[in-house]
Amino acid sequence: MARFPKPAEGSWTEHYPELGTAPVSYDDSTSPDFYERERRAVFQRAWLNVGRVEQLPRTGSYFTKEVAVANASVIIVRGLDGEVRAFHNICRHRGNKLAWNDYPRAETHGVCRQFTCKYHGWRYDLEGALTFVQQESEFFDLDKSRYGLLPVRCDVWAGFIFVNFAAEPEQSLREFLGPMITDLEGYPFDRMTARFGYRTNIAANWKLFMDAFQEFYHAPVLHAKQSPEKYSTLAMQAGFEAPHYRIEGPHRLVSTSGVRFWEMDQELVKPMEVVTRSGLFGPWDQVDLGEMPTGVNPARCDPWGLDSFQLFPNFVVLLWSQGWYLTYHYWPTSPNTHVFEGNVYFLPATTVRERVAQEMAAVTFKEFALQDANTLEATQIGIESGYVQDFLLNDQEVLCRHLHKEVADWIADHEAQGDGAPVEVQR
Amino acid sequence: MARLPAEFADLEPFAETWCLPTEPERYDQRLASTMTDMAAFYDAITPRAEAAMAYLEQHPLHDLPEDATNLLHLLYSMIMVSFPVEAWGQPRVPDTGSASFDCHIEPVP
Repeated sequence: MARFPKPAEGSWTEHYPELGTAPVSYDDSTSPDFYERERRAVFQRAWLNVGRVEQLPRTGSYFTKEVAVANASVIIVRGLDGEVRAFHNICRHRGNKLAWNDYPRAETHGVCRQFTCKYHGWRYDLEGALTFVQQESEFFDLDKSRYGLLPVRCDVWAGFIFVNFAAEPEQSLREFLGPMITDLEGYPFDRMTARFGYRTNIAANWKLFMDAFQEFYHAPVLHAKQSPEKYSTLAMQAGFEAPHYRIEGPHRLVSTSGVRFWEMDQELVKPMEVVTRSGLFGPWDQVDLGEMPTGVNPARCDPWGLDSFQLFPNFVVLLWSQGWYLTYHYWPTSPNTHVFEGNVYFLPATTVRERVAQEMAAVTFKEFALQDANTLEATQIGIESGYVQDFLLNDQEVLCRHLHKEVADWIADHEAQGDGAPVEVQR
Repeated sequence: MARLPAEFADLEPFAETWCLPTEPERYDQRLASTMTDMAAFYDAITPRAEAAMAYLEQHPLHDLPEDATNLLHLLYSMIMVSFPVEAWGQPRVPDTGSASFDCHIEPVP
Protein backbone atom coordinates (compact mmCIF):
# COMPACT_ATOMS: atom_id res chain seq x y z
CA MET A 1 0.00 0.00 0.00
CA ALA A 2 1.55 3.27 -1.11
CA ARG A 3 2.14 5.87 1.61
CA PHE A 4 1.93 8.68 -0.92
CA PRO A 5 -0.55 9.00 -3.78
CA LYS A 6 0.78 8.08 -7.21
CA PRO A 7 -0.27 9.68 -10.52
CA ALA A 8 -3.54 8.59 -12.15
CA GLU A 9 -1.67 6.22 -14.48
CA GLY A 10 -0.87 4.09 -11.43
CA SER A 11 2.86 4.83 -11.19
CA TRP A 12 5.38 7.63 -11.67
CA THR A 13 7.04 5.65 -14.45
CA GLU A 14 3.80 5.19 -16.43
CA HIS A 15 3.05 8.89 -15.91
CA TYR A 16 5.95 9.38 -18.36
CA PRO A 17 4.98 6.73 -20.94
CA GLU A 18 8.01 7.37 -23.17
CA LEU A 19 10.15 5.76 -20.44
CA GLY A 20 8.55 2.32 -20.66
CA THR A 21 8.66 -0.20 -17.82
CA ALA A 22 10.82 -2.93 -19.37
CA PRO A 23 14.20 -4.06 -18.02
CA VAL A 24 17.10 -1.92 -19.30
CA SER A 25 20.60 -2.52 -20.63
CA TYR A 26 23.64 -0.75 -19.18
CA ASP A 27 25.80 -1.05 -22.30
CA ASP A 28 25.77 2.75 -22.21
CA SER A 29 27.87 2.59 -19.03
CA THR A 30 30.55 0.19 -20.27
CA SER A 31 31.00 0.65 -24.02
CA PRO A 32 34.00 2.73 -25.22
CA ASP A 33 32.09 3.40 -28.46
CA PHE A 34 29.11 4.78 -26.56
CA TYR A 35 31.43 6.95 -24.48
CA GLU A 36 32.90 8.54 -27.62
CA ARG A 37 29.43 9.31 -28.95
CA GLU A 38 28.27 10.63 -25.57
CA ARG A 39 31.31 12.88 -25.44
CA ARG A 40 30.37 14.55 -28.72
CA ALA A 41 26.59 14.52 -28.41
CA VAL A 42 26.22 15.44 -24.74
CA PHE A 43 29.34 16.99 -23.21
CA GLN A 44 30.24 19.08 -26.25
CA ARG A 45 26.62 20.33 -26.66
CA ALA A 46 25.02 20.74 -23.21
CA TRP A 47 25.55 23.59 -20.74
CA LEU A 48 27.92 22.38 -18.01
CA ASN A 49 28.19 23.94 -14.56
CA VAL A 50 31.83 24.60 -13.65
CA GLY A 51 31.45 26.54 -10.41
CA ARG A 52 29.96 29.56 -8.67
CA VAL A 53 30.60 33.30 -8.92
CA GLU A 54 31.78 33.40 -5.29
CA GLN A 55 34.92 31.59 -6.53
CA LEU A 56 35.71 34.79 -8.49
CA PRO A 57 35.43 37.47 -5.77
CA ARG A 58 37.25 40.28 -7.62
CA THR A 59 38.75 41.55 -10.85
CA GLY A 60 41.40 39.10 -12.04
CA SER A 61 40.12 36.21 -9.92
CA TYR A 62 40.30 33.02 -11.99
CA PHE A 63 40.11 29.26 -11.73
CA THR A 64 40.77 26.49 -14.22
CA LYS A 65 38.50 23.51 -14.87
CA GLU A 66 39.65 20.27 -16.42
CA VAL A 67 36.84 18.80 -18.53
CA ALA A 68 38.46 15.60 -19.74
CA VAL A 69 35.31 14.32 -21.45
CA ALA A 70 35.33 17.40 -23.70
CA ASN A 71 39.13 17.21 -24.17
CA ALA A 72 39.25 20.67 -22.65
CA SER A 73 40.87 22.75 -19.96
CA VAL A 74 39.08 26.04 -19.37
CA ILE A 75 40.09 29.29 -17.66
CA ILE A 76 37.17 31.08 -16.00
CA VAL A 77 38.06 34.68 -15.11
CA ARG A 78 36.42 37.88 -13.89
CA GLY A 79 37.41 40.79 -16.17
CA LEU A 80 37.99 44.48 -15.50
CA ASP A 81 34.33 45.08 -16.39
CA GLY A 82 33.19 42.54 -13.76
CA GLU A 83 32.00 40.04 -16.42
CA VAL A 84 32.76 36.34 -16.03
CA ARG A 85 34.34 34.86 -19.17
CA ALA A 86 35.68 31.45 -20.15
CA PHE A 87 38.59 30.65 -22.46
CA HIS A 88 40.35 27.54 -23.64
CA ASN A 89 43.46 27.25 -21.47
CA ILE A 90 45.82 27.21 -24.47
CA CYS A 91 48.49 29.72 -25.56
CA ARG A 92 47.94 30.75 -29.18
CA HIS A 93 51.66 30.61 -29.97
CA ARG A 94 52.50 26.91 -29.87
CA GLY A 95 49.71 25.47 -27.79
CA ASN A 96 51.24 25.36 -24.35
CA LYS A 97 48.73 25.12 -21.53
CA LEU A 98 48.53 28.68 -20.19
CA ALA A 99 47.43 28.59 -16.52
CA TRP A 100 48.77 25.76 -14.35
CA ASN A 101 51.06 25.24 -11.37
CA ASP A 102 53.49 22.40 -10.72
CA TYR A 103 51.34 19.72 -12.35
CA PRO A 104 50.03 20.43 -15.87
CA ARG A 105 46.95 18.24 -15.38
CA ALA A 106 45.93 19.73 -11.99
CA GLU A 107 43.39 22.52 -11.61
CA THR A 108 44.52 25.86 -10.19
CA HIS A 109 43.07 29.18 -9.07
CA GLY A 110 44.25 32.63 -8.05
CA VAL A 111 44.19 36.32 -8.87
CA CYS A 112 46.20 37.95 -11.66
CA ARG A 113 46.39 41.09 -13.80
CA GLN A 114 47.13 39.13 -16.94
CA PHE A 115 47.98 35.59 -18.04
CA THR A 116 51.61 34.97 -19.05
CA CYS A 117 52.63 31.79 -20.83
CA LYS A 118 55.40 29.94 -18.98
CA TYR A 119 57.00 28.86 -22.29
CA HIS A 120 57.80 32.05 -24.31
CA GLY A 121 56.19 34.78 -22.24
CA TRP A 122 53.20 35.69 -24.43
CA ARG A 123 50.66 37.68 -22.39
CA TYR A 124 46.87 37.92 -22.49
CA ASP A 125 44.66 40.40 -20.64
CA LEU A 126 41.66 39.44 -18.50
CA GLU A 127 39.36 39.74 -21.52
CA GLY A 128 41.52 37.30 -23.47
CA ALA A 129 43.28 39.75 -25.83
CA LEU A 130 46.89 39.00 -26.78
CA THR A 131 48.80 42.03 -25.43
CA PHE A 132 52.48 41.09 -25.62
CA VAL A 133 54.63 38.89 -27.84
CA GLN A 134 58.26 38.29 -26.90
CA GLN A 135 60.49 39.51 -29.79
CA GLU A 136 57.43 40.39 -31.81
CA SER A 137 59.50 41.65 -34.77
CA GLU A 138 60.82 38.11 -35.39
CA PHE A 139 57.34 36.97 -36.45
CA PHE A 140 55.85 37.26 -39.91
CA ASP A 141 52.81 39.49 -40.48
CA LEU A 142 51.60 38.95 -36.90
CA ASP A 143 48.27 40.66 -36.23
CA LYS A 144 47.92 40.30 -32.45
CA SER A 145 44.20 41.15 -32.58
CA ARG A 146 43.61 37.81 -34.33
CA TYR A 147 45.34 35.70 -31.68
CA GLY A 148 43.47 36.29 -28.47
CA LEU A 149 42.53 33.35 -26.25
CA LEU A 150 39.89 31.12 -27.80
CA PRO A 151 36.62 31.90 -26.01
CA VAL A 152 34.28 29.22 -24.61
CA ARG A 153 30.57 30.05 -24.40
CA CYS A 154 29.87 31.07 -20.83
CA ASP A 155 26.78 32.27 -18.97
CA VAL A 156 25.72 32.65 -15.35
CA TRP A 157 22.41 31.64 -13.77
CA ALA A 158 21.70 32.28 -10.05
CA GLY A 159 25.43 32.60 -9.47
CA PHE A 160 26.18 29.22 -11.12
CA ILE A 161 28.72 29.54 -13.95
CA PHE A 162 28.02 27.35 -17.00
CA VAL A 163 30.09 26.75 -20.14
CA ASN A 164 29.12 25.22 -23.46
CA PHE A 165 31.68 23.78 -25.89
CA ALA A 166 29.46 24.08 -28.96
CA ALA A 167 30.49 26.83 -31.39
CA GLU A 168 26.83 27.87 -31.47
CA PRO A 169 24.80 26.39 -28.58
CA GLU A 170 21.38 25.23 -29.77
CA GLN A 171 19.70 26.80 -26.72
CA SER A 172 20.50 29.73 -24.44
CA LEU A 173 21.37 28.68 -20.89
CA ARG A 174 17.96 29.88 -19.69
CA GLU A 175 16.09 27.91 -22.36
CA PHE A 176 18.19 24.86 -21.55
CA LEU A 177 17.43 25.06 -17.82
CA GLY A 178 13.68 25.52 -18.29
CA PRO A 179 11.13 26.68 -15.70
CA MET A 180 11.51 23.77 -13.24
CA ILE A 181 15.08 24.98 -12.62
CA THR A 182 14.76 28.73 -13.17
CA ASP A 183 11.89 28.80 -10.64
CA LEU A 184 14.64 28.35 -8.02
CA GLU A 185 15.71 31.95 -8.62
CA GLY A 186 15.58 33.79 -5.34
CA TYR A 187 16.96 30.92 -3.27
CA PRO A 188 19.81 32.59 -1.32
CA PHE A 189 22.66 30.66 -2.97
CA ASP A 190 24.71 33.89 -2.87
CA ARG A 191 24.51 34.15 0.93
CA MET A 192 25.37 30.49 1.58
CA THR A 193 29.11 30.84 1.35
CA ALA A 194 30.27 28.52 4.15
CA ARG A 195 31.50 25.69 1.94
CA PHE A 196 32.89 22.20 2.55
CA GLY A 197 34.31 20.88 -0.76
CA TYR A 198 35.20 17.24 -1.49
CA ARG A 199 36.41 15.32 -4.51
CA THR A 200 37.47 11.81 -5.44
CA ASN A 201 38.08 9.49 -8.37
CA ILE A 202 35.37 6.87 -8.83
CA ALA A 203 35.96 3.62 -10.74
CA ALA A 204 32.52 3.64 -12.35
CA ASN A 205 30.71 5.25 -15.26
CA TRP A 206 29.39 8.71 -14.34
CA LYS A 207 25.75 7.76 -15.03
CA LEU A 208 25.86 4.91 -12.51
CA PHE A 209 26.76 7.38 -9.75
CA MET A 210 24.08 9.80 -10.95
CA ASP A 211 21.71 6.84 -10.54
CA ALA A 212 22.91 6.21 -6.99
CA PHE A 213 21.84 9.68 -5.91
CA GLN A 214 18.63 9.89 -7.91
CA GLU A 215 16.94 7.03 -6.13
CA PHE A 216 16.62 6.54 -2.36
CA TYR A 217 15.36 2.93 -2.64
CA HIS A 218 18.92 1.98 -1.53
CA ALA A 219 19.00 4.21 1.54
CA PRO A 220 17.43 1.98 4.22
CA VAL A 221 19.67 -0.93 3.11
CA LEU A 222 23.09 0.40 2.09
CA HIS A 223 23.15 2.97 4.88
CA ALA A 224 21.41 0.87 7.56
CA LYS A 225 24.36 0.80 9.94
CA GLN A 226 24.63 4.61 9.94
CA SER A 227 21.66 4.62 12.34
CA PRO A 228 20.92 2.92 15.65
CA GLU A 229 19.56 -0.59 15.08
CA LYS A 230 16.05 0.28 16.22
CA TYR A 231 15.80 3.08 13.65
CA SER A 232 17.33 1.11 10.79
CA THR A 233 15.04 -1.87 11.45
CA LEU A 234 12.00 0.39 11.25
CA ALA A 235 13.38 2.12 8.14
CA MET A 236 14.01 -1.17 6.34
CA GLN A 237 10.56 -2.49 7.19
CA ALA A 238 8.96 0.69 5.88
CA GLY A 239 11.10 0.85 2.72
CA PHE A 240 11.46 4.07 0.81
CA GLU A 241 8.83 6.03 -1.07
CA ALA A 242 9.14 9.55 -2.40
CA PRO A 243 6.05 11.73 -2.33
CA HIS A 244 6.93 13.44 -5.59
CA TYR A 245 8.86 12.97 -8.84
CA ARG A 246 8.98 15.35 -11.78
CA ILE A 247 10.66 15.20 -15.17
CA GLU A 248 10.90 18.31 -17.32
CA GLY A 249 12.94 18.42 -20.51
CA PRO A 250 16.31 16.79 -19.83
CA HIS A 251 16.16 17.54 -16.08
CA ARG A 252 14.68 15.61 -13.13
CA LEU A 253 13.43 16.21 -9.59
CA VAL A 254 12.69 14.02 -6.59
CA SER A 255 11.26 15.49 -3.39
CA THR A 256 11.30 13.49 -0.17
CA SER A 257 9.36 13.83 3.04
CA GLY A 258 11.00 15.08 6.19
CA VAL A 259 12.00 13.25 9.36
CA ARG A 260 11.78 15.12 12.66
CA PHE A 261 14.75 13.53 14.46
CA TRP A 262 14.57 16.06 17.28
CA GLU A 263 11.11 14.78 18.22
CA MET A 264 12.25 11.15 18.27
CA ASP A 265 13.03 8.80 21.10
CA GLN A 266 16.76 8.97 21.88
CA GLU A 267 17.13 5.25 21.07
CA LEU A 268 16.41 6.16 17.45
CA VAL A 269 19.16 8.73 17.02
CA LYS A 270 22.90 8.57 17.60
CA PRO A 271 24.36 10.14 20.75
CA MET A 272 26.52 12.55 18.71
CA GLU A 273 23.40 13.75 16.88
CA VAL A 274 21.92 14.72 20.24
CA VAL A 275 25.16 16.40 21.35
CA THR A 276 25.51 18.45 18.15
CA ARG A 277 21.77 18.76 17.32
CA SER A 278 22.59 17.77 13.73
CA GLY A 279 22.94 14.80 11.38
CA LEU A 280 22.37 13.63 7.82
CA PHE A 281 19.38 15.91 7.27
CA GLY A 282 21.37 18.87 8.58
CA PRO A 283 21.27 21.06 11.67
CA TRP A 284 18.15 20.34 13.73
CA ASP A 285 17.65 24.05 14.42
CA GLN A 286 16.37 25.30 11.10
CA VAL A 287 17.82 28.58 9.83
CA ASP A 288 15.47 31.17 8.42
CA LEU A 289 16.34 31.71 4.76
CA GLY A 290 13.33 33.95 4.19
CA GLU A 291 10.53 33.27 1.74
CA MET A 292 11.30 30.40 -0.63
CA PRO A 293 10.89 30.76 -4.41
CA THR A 294 8.05 28.79 -6.03
CA GLY A 295 10.43 26.18 -7.44
CA VAL A 296 11.41 24.92 -3.98
CA ASN A 297 9.31 21.96 -2.76
CA PRO A 298 7.04 22.42 -5.80
CA ALA A 299 4.60 19.67 -4.73
CA ARG A 300 4.28 21.32 -1.30
CA CYS A 301 5.20 18.13 0.57
CA ASP A 302 4.60 18.42 4.30
CA PRO A 303 6.68 17.44 6.16
CA TRP A 304 9.22 18.15 3.43
CA GLY A 305 12.76 16.72 3.56
CA LEU A 306 14.66 17.68 0.44
CA ASP A 307 14.49 18.47 -3.27
CA SER A 308 17.12 16.80 -5.45
CA PHE A 309 17.28 18.60 -8.80
CA GLN A 310 19.18 16.52 -11.34
CA LEU A 311 20.37 18.95 -14.03
CA PHE A 312 21.32 17.32 -17.29
CA PRO A 313 23.88 16.07 -17.85
CA ASN A 314 26.09 15.87 -14.74
CA PHE A 315 25.07 18.43 -12.11
CA VAL A 316 22.87 18.05 -9.01
CA VAL A 317 21.52 20.74 -6.68
CA LEU A 318 20.03 19.25 -3.51
CA LEU A 319 18.10 21.62 -1.23
CA TRP A 320 17.43 20.45 2.35
CA SER A 321 14.40 21.70 4.25
CA GLN A 322 16.68 22.56 7.18
CA GLY A 323 18.15 25.45 5.18
CA TRP A 324 21.35 24.21 3.54
CA TYR A 325 22.23 22.73 0.15
CA LEU A 326 24.57 20.33 -1.63
CA THR A 327 25.89 20.17 -5.16
CA TYR A 328 27.25 17.10 -6.94
CA HIS A 329 29.26 17.05 -10.17
CA TYR A 330 30.21 13.93 -12.10
CA TRP A 331 33.09 14.55 -14.56
CA PRO A 332 33.70 11.55 -16.83
CA THR A 333 37.34 10.62 -17.45
CA SER A 334 36.81 7.32 -19.30
CA PRO A 335 33.98 4.82 -19.94
CA ASN A 336 34.43 3.40 -16.44
CA THR A 337 35.91 6.24 -14.38
CA HIS A 338 34.93 9.75 -13.35
CA VAL A 339 35.82 12.49 -10.90
CA PHE A 340 33.08 13.06 -8.32
CA GLU A 341 32.83 16.44 -6.59
CA GLY A 342 30.54 17.14 -3.65
CA ASN A 343 30.03 20.56 -2.09
CA VAL A 344 28.12 21.39 1.09
CA TYR A 345 26.92 24.98 1.53
CA PHE A 346 25.58 26.75 4.64
CA LEU A 347 24.91 30.31 5.71
CA PRO A 348 28.11 31.36 7.49
CA ALA A 349 27.80 30.28 11.13
CA THR A 350 27.47 33.11 13.62
CA THR A 351 27.71 30.99 16.77
CA VAL A 352 29.82 28.05 17.91
CA ARG A 353 26.73 25.84 18.16
CA GLU A 354 25.77 26.58 14.55
CA ARG A 355 29.32 25.84 13.43
CA VAL A 356 29.45 22.54 15.35
CA ALA A 357 26.09 21.50 13.84
CA GLN A 358 27.46 22.26 10.36
CA GLU A 359 30.56 20.16 11.06
CA MET A 360 28.35 17.21 12.10
CA ALA A 361 26.23 17.52 8.93
CA ALA A 362 29.32 17.72 6.68
CA VAL A 363 31.10 14.79 8.33
CA THR A 364 27.91 12.70 8.17
CA PHE A 365 27.56 13.54 4.46
CA LYS A 366 31.08 12.21 3.87
CA GLU A 367 30.36 8.95 5.73
CA PHE A 368 27.36 8.30 3.48
CA ALA A 369 29.19 9.36 0.30
CA LEU A 370 32.04 6.91 1.04
CA GLN A 371 29.52 4.05 1.20
CA ASP A 372 27.89 5.14 -2.06
CA ALA A 373 31.24 5.61 -3.82
CA ASN A 374 32.63 2.18 -3.06
CA THR A 375 29.39 0.43 -3.98
CA LEU A 376 29.60 2.03 -7.40
CA GLU A 377 32.88 0.33 -8.22
CA ALA A 378 31.22 -2.97 -7.37
CA THR A 379 28.32 -2.15 -9.68
CA GLN A 380 30.67 -1.28 -12.55
CA ILE A 381 32.50 -4.60 -12.13
CA GLY A 382 29.22 -6.53 -12.23
CA ILE A 383 27.84 -4.77 -15.28
CA GLU A 384 31.15 -4.77 -17.15
CA SER A 385 31.47 -8.54 -16.93
CA GLY A 386 28.75 -8.68 -19.57
CA TYR A 387 27.15 -11.88 -18.32
CA VAL A 388 23.91 -10.18 -17.31
CA GLN A 389 22.33 -7.99 -19.96
CA ASP A 390 19.03 -6.71 -18.63
CA PHE A 391 18.38 -5.00 -15.33
CA LEU A 392 15.19 -4.19 -13.44
CA LEU A 393 14.12 -0.73 -12.33
CA ASN A 394 11.20 -0.15 -9.96
CA ASP A 395 8.97 2.92 -9.71
CA GLN A 396 11.23 4.58 -7.10
CA GLU A 397 14.01 4.36 -9.71
CA VAL A 398 12.08 6.24 -12.38
CA LEU A 399 14.70 8.99 -12.61
CA CYS A 400 17.49 6.48 -13.40
CA ARG A 401 15.40 5.29 -16.35
CA HIS A 402 15.05 8.88 -17.57
CA LEU A 403 18.75 9.83 -17.41
CA HIS A 404 19.86 6.90 -19.58
CA LYS A 405 17.06 7.50 -22.08
CA GLU A 406 17.88 11.22 -22.24
CA VAL A 407 21.55 10.54 -23.01
CA ALA A 408 20.54 8.07 -25.75
CA ASP A 409 18.09 10.64 -27.16
CA TRP A 410 20.78 13.35 -27.28
CA ILE A 411 23.07 10.97 -29.17
CA ALA A 412 20.32 9.98 -31.61
CA ASP A 413 19.43 13.63 -32.16
CA HIS A 414 23.06 14.62 -32.67
CA GLU A 415 23.76 11.80 -35.09
CA ALA A 416 20.55 12.53 -37.00
CA GLN A 417 21.95 16.01 -37.58
CA GLY A 418 24.80 14.31 -39.43
CA ASP A 419 27.45 15.40 -36.96
CA GLY A 420 28.29 12.04 -35.51
CA ALA A 421 28.80 8.46 -36.55
CA PRO A 422 25.62 7.21 -38.29
CA VAL A 423 25.12 4.28 -35.94
CA GLU A 424 21.87 3.15 -34.43
CA VAL A 425 21.67 3.88 -30.70
CA GLN A 426 20.67 0.94 -28.59
CA ARG A 427 19.53 1.13 -25.00
CA MET B 1 52.47 24.30 27.65
CA ALA B 2 48.73 23.94 27.93
CA ARG B 3 46.89 23.95 24.61
CA LEU B 4 43.38 24.29 26.06
CA PRO B 5 41.68 26.79 28.37
CA ALA B 6 42.36 26.01 32.04
CA GLU B 7 38.74 24.95 32.60
CA PHE B 8 39.35 22.04 30.22
CA ALA B 9 42.66 20.79 31.67
CA ASP B 10 41.05 17.32 31.97
CA LEU B 11 41.07 17.09 28.14
CA GLU B 12 44.71 18.16 27.84
CA PRO B 13 45.96 14.53 27.40
CA PHE B 14 44.06 14.37 24.11
CA ALA B 15 45.04 17.81 22.83
CA GLU B 16 48.35 16.94 21.20
CA THR B 17 46.77 14.20 19.10
CA TRP B 18 43.36 15.69 18.33
CA CYS B 19 43.67 19.52 18.18
CA LEU B 20 43.89 19.42 14.40
CA PRO B 21 42.74 22.41 12.31
CA THR B 22 41.74 20.66 9.07
CA GLU B 23 39.44 17.81 8.09
CA PRO B 24 42.15 15.89 6.18
CA GLU B 25 44.32 15.90 9.32
CA ARG B 26 41.41 14.73 11.48
CA TYR B 27 40.38 12.01 9.02
CA ASP B 28 43.98 10.76 8.67
CA GLN B 29 44.35 10.69 12.48
CA ARG B 30 41.15 8.64 12.70
CA LEU B 31 42.44 6.08 10.19
CA ALA B 32 45.79 5.93 12.03
CA SER B 33 44.20 5.45 15.50
CA THR B 34 43.14 2.34 17.36
CA MET B 35 39.56 1.89 18.53
CA THR B 36 40.84 1.83 22.12
CA ASP B 37 42.41 5.27 21.76
CA MET B 38 39.38 6.75 19.98
CA ALA B 39 36.95 5.32 22.52
CA ALA B 40 39.00 6.84 25.37
CA PHE B 41 38.94 10.25 23.67
CA TYR B 42 35.21 9.96 22.87
CA ASP B 43 34.35 8.92 26.43
CA ALA B 44 36.33 11.84 27.87
CA ILE B 45 35.07 14.62 25.63
CA THR B 46 31.43 13.77 24.95
CA PRO B 47 30.22 14.55 28.51
CA ARG B 48 32.22 17.81 28.29
CA ALA B 49 30.88 18.94 24.91
CA GLU B 50 28.02 21.02 26.33
CA ALA B 51 30.39 22.84 28.71
CA ALA B 52 32.87 23.41 25.88
CA MET B 53 30.23 24.94 23.61
CA ALA B 54 28.95 27.14 26.46
CA TYR B 55 32.54 28.29 27.11
CA LEU B 56 33.23 29.02 23.44
CA GLU B 57 30.01 31.00 23.12
CA GLN B 58 31.53 33.66 25.36
CA HIS B 59 33.78 34.67 22.43
CA PRO B 60 32.86 35.86 18.94
CA LEU B 61 33.20 32.84 16.60
CA HIS B 62 35.54 34.73 14.27
CA ASP B 63 37.75 36.11 17.02
CA LEU B 64 38.55 33.10 19.20
CA PRO B 65 41.75 33.08 21.30
CA GLU B 66 44.22 30.35 20.38
CA ASP B 67 43.30 28.04 23.29
CA ALA B 68 39.59 28.38 22.44
CA THR B 69 40.31 27.61 18.78
CA ASN B 70 42.11 24.46 19.92
CA LEU B 71 39.06 23.50 21.97
CA LEU B 72 36.83 24.01 18.91
CA HIS B 73 39.14 21.78 16.85
CA LEU B 74 38.89 19.17 19.61
CA LEU B 75 35.08 19.26 19.23
CA TYR B 76 35.48 18.69 15.46
CA SER B 77 37.66 15.67 16.26
CA MET B 78 34.98 14.42 18.69
CA ILE B 79 32.55 14.42 15.75
CA MET B 80 35.14 12.65 13.57
CA VAL B 81 35.70 9.78 16.03
CA SER B 82 32.00 9.43 16.86
CA PHE B 83 31.37 7.48 13.65
CA PRO B 84 33.91 4.71 14.37
CA VAL B 85 32.85 4.63 18.03
CA GLU B 86 29.06 4.85 17.69
CA ALA B 87 28.46 3.13 14.35
CA TRP B 88 31.32 1.18 12.80
CA GLY B 89 33.44 -0.45 15.50
CA GLN B 90 36.45 0.21 13.27
CA PRO B 91 38.23 3.36 12.04
CA ARG B 92 37.12 3.06 8.40
CA VAL B 93 33.56 2.98 7.11
CA PRO B 94 32.88 -0.75 6.41
CA ASP B 95 33.09 -1.84 2.76
CA THR B 96 34.92 1.31 1.70
CA GLY B 97 38.33 -0.28 1.21
CA SER B 98 39.38 1.61 -1.90
CA ALA B 99 37.15 4.68 -1.55
CA SER B 100 38.29 8.15 -0.59
CA PHE B 101 36.53 11.50 -0.49
CA ASP B 102 39.06 14.24 0.03
CA CYS B 103 38.08 17.52 1.65
CA HIS B 104 39.86 20.41 -0.10
CA ILE B 105 38.04 23.41 1.35
CA GLU B 106 36.19 23.99 4.63
CA PRO B 107 35.04 27.00 6.69
CA VAL B 108 37.57 28.57 9.09
CA PRO B 109 37.31 28.37 12.05
